[in-house]
Amino acid sequence: MSRRHFVKHLAGASAMAGTAALMGNSIQAQAEEMRKNQKSAILLWMGGGPSTIDIWDLKPGAATGGEFRPISTTGDMQICEHMPLTAKQMHHLSIVRSMSTREADHNRGRYYMHTGFVPNPNIEHPGYGSVIAHELFSQREDLAIPPFVSIGGASTGPGFLGMAWAPFSVTSNGRIRNLEMKLEEKRLLQRMAALDVIETGFINRTRGSAASEHQKVLKKTLDLMTSEQMEAFRVEKEPEEMKEMYGTNGFGQGCLLARRLVEAGVPFIEVDLGGWDNHGGIFPTLADTKLPQLDKAMGALTADLEQRGLLENTAIIWMGEFGRTPRINAGAGRDHWARSWSCVVGGAGIKGGLAVGATSSDGMAVETEPFSAEDLMATVCKGLGISLETTYTSKNGRPMKIAAGGKLIRELIA
Amino acid sequence: MLRPVLVFSSAVVLCFATAATVSAQATSQPEQVVAIDKAIEQNWADYEIRPSGIVDDGKWCRRVYLDIIGRIPSLEELNAFLGSRDRNKRQALVQTLLYDDRYTEEYARNWSTIWANVLIGRSGGTDRRSLTNRDGMLKYLRDSFALNKPYNQMVYELVAAEGSTKPGTENFNGAVNFLADKVNDEKGVLATSSVSRVFLGQQVQCTQCHNHPFNQWKQQKFWEFNAFFRQTRALRRYVDGTRDIDHVELVNEDTAGEGGDPEDAMIFYELRNGLTKVAYPVFIDGQEISHSGFVSDSNRREELAKLMMGNEFMDKMFVNRMWAHFLGYGFTKPVDDLGPHNPASHPELLEYLGQQVRKHSYDPKQLIEWITMSKPYQLSAQMTTANEIDDPTMGEMPKFSHFYLRQMQAEELYQSLVTATGAGAYGSYEKQEQERRKWLSQFVVAFGTDEGDEATTFNGSIPQALMMFNGDLIKKATATSKGSFLGDIASDDDRLRAKLDNVFLTGVARRPTRMEQTMASKLLAARGGDEAAMLQDIWWALLNSNEFIMQH
Repeated sequence: MSRRHFVKHLAGASAMAGTAALMGNSIQAQAEEMRKNQKSAILLWMGGGPSTIDIWDLKPGAATGGEFRPISTTGDMQICEHMPLTAKQMHHLSIVRSMSTREADHNRGRYYMHTGFVPNPNIEHPGYGSVIAHELFSQREDLAIPPFVSIGGASTGPGFLGMAWAPFSVTSNGRIRNLEMKLEEKRLLQRMAALDVIETGFINRTRGSAASEHQKVLKKTLDLMTSEQMEAFRVEKEPEEMKEMYGTNGFGQGCLLARRLVEAGVPFIEVDLGGWDNHGGIFPTLADTKLPQLDKAMGALTADLEQRGLLENTAIIWMGEFGRTPRINAGAGRDHWARSWSCVVGGAGIKGGLAVGATSSDGMAVETEPFSAEDLMATVCKGLGISLETTYTSKNGRPMKIAAGGKLIRELIA
Repeated sequence: MLRPVLVFSSAVVLCFATAATVSAQATSQPEQVVAIDKAIEQNWADYEIRPSGIVDDGKWCRRVYLDIIGRIPSLEELNAFLGSRDRNKRQALVQTLLYDDRYTEEYARNWSTIWANVLIGRSGGTDRRSLTNRDGMLKYLRDSFALNKPYNQMVYELVAAEGSTKPGTENFNGAVNFLADKVNDEKGVLATSSVSRVFLGQQVQCTQCHNHPFNQWKQQKFWEFNAFFRQTRALRRYVDGTRDIDHVELVNEDTAGEGGDPEDAMIFYELRNGLTKVAYPVFIDGQEISHSGFVSDSNRREELAKLMMGNEFMDKMFVNRMWAHFLGYGFTKPVDDLGPHNPASHPELLEYLGQQVRKHSYDPKQLIEWITMSKPYQLSAQMTTANEIDDPTMGEMPKFSHFYLRQMQAEELYQSLVTATGAGAYGSYEKQEQERRKWLSQFVVAFGTDEGDEATTFNGSIPQALMMFNGDLIKKATATSKGSFLGDIASDDDRLRAKLDNVFLTGVARRPTRMEQTMASKLLAARGGDEAAMLQDIWWALLNSNEFIMQH
């Protein structure tokens, strides 16, 4: 029996019936079809809090300025000399230099930047990955790959949206453990039916929502196990020069994988690059390892998306949990700093080539309208065509506006 | 063309093949148990809710095995409990799991696993470049729990420890592994936030650079707490002729502080407005110690450990963590945030249990007895109309009127399968431990910060489901070869019905319902009458069910 046939049966065979996967004649044809109006977003997550004063908003000549020189770009701004490849793509990307937030602790900052809310013991807010996947998923009912993929690290969970919207964590080489079904299909089908009997009894007895959540996850798991779409994860199939272009390190390959997933129609992909928590010896760390890795992958990803005609439908977001102190500490490092820092966005309906907002000459304060995580995310949602009126209801009945009711960064919306 | 095997609707009324048994409550309870019950019941009355019924013996047995020794009971253990006619058999089982030599090793392994995850995280000491030695940490914890070391002594040792991280080295002291990777970089900032959070329930990490927006912790207090760690250093010892770390020595050295005067070893920190301020070691209750940086005058970490011993937050934190382990929710959420900005669900009870723990010399087993014998721990996980408002997932304060369903931890699943089915249980202790660690590592994902934050994908999401469907461990657990769990059951002389019972009892501590029996007969037909193959299908389905993976 063909996979397709099998999946259709599976759908009919159990109470977990969802939409059967409709396979196109070829992955290529399908991708063509999808590309026309499907939006995606890629979040480049810089775990640890990157020093944006050394990357996107340099202060040459100031005591806080550090060791790096600015260089010109194809956009209307200068960036760090160690980002030459990205500099050539800046007409597609814009820097928001007036980010001003309040959470300078890793866990709280990560939660806030991923959800738009500060941590609250009474409610688990869904991360943007889950939210955006949830909103864009309706455009592609036949997607068997989980709609939110997190590459090379952890992300923030689905909160009250439930485990079916959780980030699907994979390593940057795209290898997925335990994907292979080791059973003939007919027998798996019968086992699933047995599982369903056990599960249904349990749901009836406990009256809990956890079990029905579990059913959704099992259904998604079956879908992906039996789908040819999972080929998208085989990043090793890319030509050597393509791998080289992105960089053969984890982050580079992760960005290449992200591009493959966009082509396959995945609405939200997060790629992690950790190691930005540079409390000591920051300049050699940035110049020798972090920035070359970032520059290569970010430059390649932007150029590659553009070249394939995907950039107009794919938002790119670059951010960490906060920036770092303008003042250089005694250990030649910089500490946590949320009051004045930068994020970068572009692609989809977001204007490129701009530097929005400005900080003081020493970088210590924002001198124009300050923007928050919510504002940035509202802007991204708008660029993706998601209505800012979208409202969720948390488990305890609280309404929650998408992007936490953030305001648009007007300059960035065409 | 395949026909669906079974189609059913969720509206089917379930009938139980056997009535579940509930053992009678013990008659004389320790006063602490009475006090817990009273406080919890008063809270039910205040909210006009009624508790769910008492959970049946099978489920309770499974529950208590998982919570105390970290795995489900084997079929023999479960049958022994179900077959006992002792009126106080629940109490007797708790006593057995806590005090019978047969269980000492498993008890120690379970609690050392739990505490290692608290102290150094799931990935602590797993990386080649790590300053922490995971084996050293685990050895210290295993020994401590095997001896039933008083909790306060363990806290003292973890905070004040000196010595080497690695077992077999000259100065080995496993307790140093908690602080080994938290003292050098960033001036002991990690030690500050970990010690205060883990043992005192004080979340101070955000006050490093500014006053806390909504709790009483101020930047000054952060650096005063931090000053206790300024004599401490983690010295790397390399493998001869390489840059590989062999182990780390945690030592105390005289410090001149940041002002250069060891007699008056002050540290500096910066306010947000750029002003520099001075800090000396001062405990959270305002008690100060000597300003001297000379270890012979004042061993700052020892002083800190002594000051902690007298503090009620240490007692409450211990109680709160243990309560959360057994009941699924602590009196506060998060469990390690006891500040005034975060009110507890049962403040008087938390206070009282803290005092009782102190009075009974911090005996962990004593506390476990009180909690597991209390009424809330006996309740069923089935909500009723009279208590469905008690739902902490809705942001409500927990009222413990029914048992809160929660998923097993990855470690518990592994151990359960090893015990129930023998999967993965072969080779030397070291080899088994290596296997277990390798398996566990697939679920750990890092956040890429210097603090080593991490998350688990063993959380009901797809990677977990894939492992349960297709993983090697499940393959081993569902093997039907000779000598395997299923192989043994299938080759018994029992009637098929008894075999099916045994599979269900092992997995979910109950017998199959009529619907499940019907399904089993259909599967048997589909397998051409091969009993072992049918049992394999059923066992696989059971393992993948929510009922199996949940603690209830």
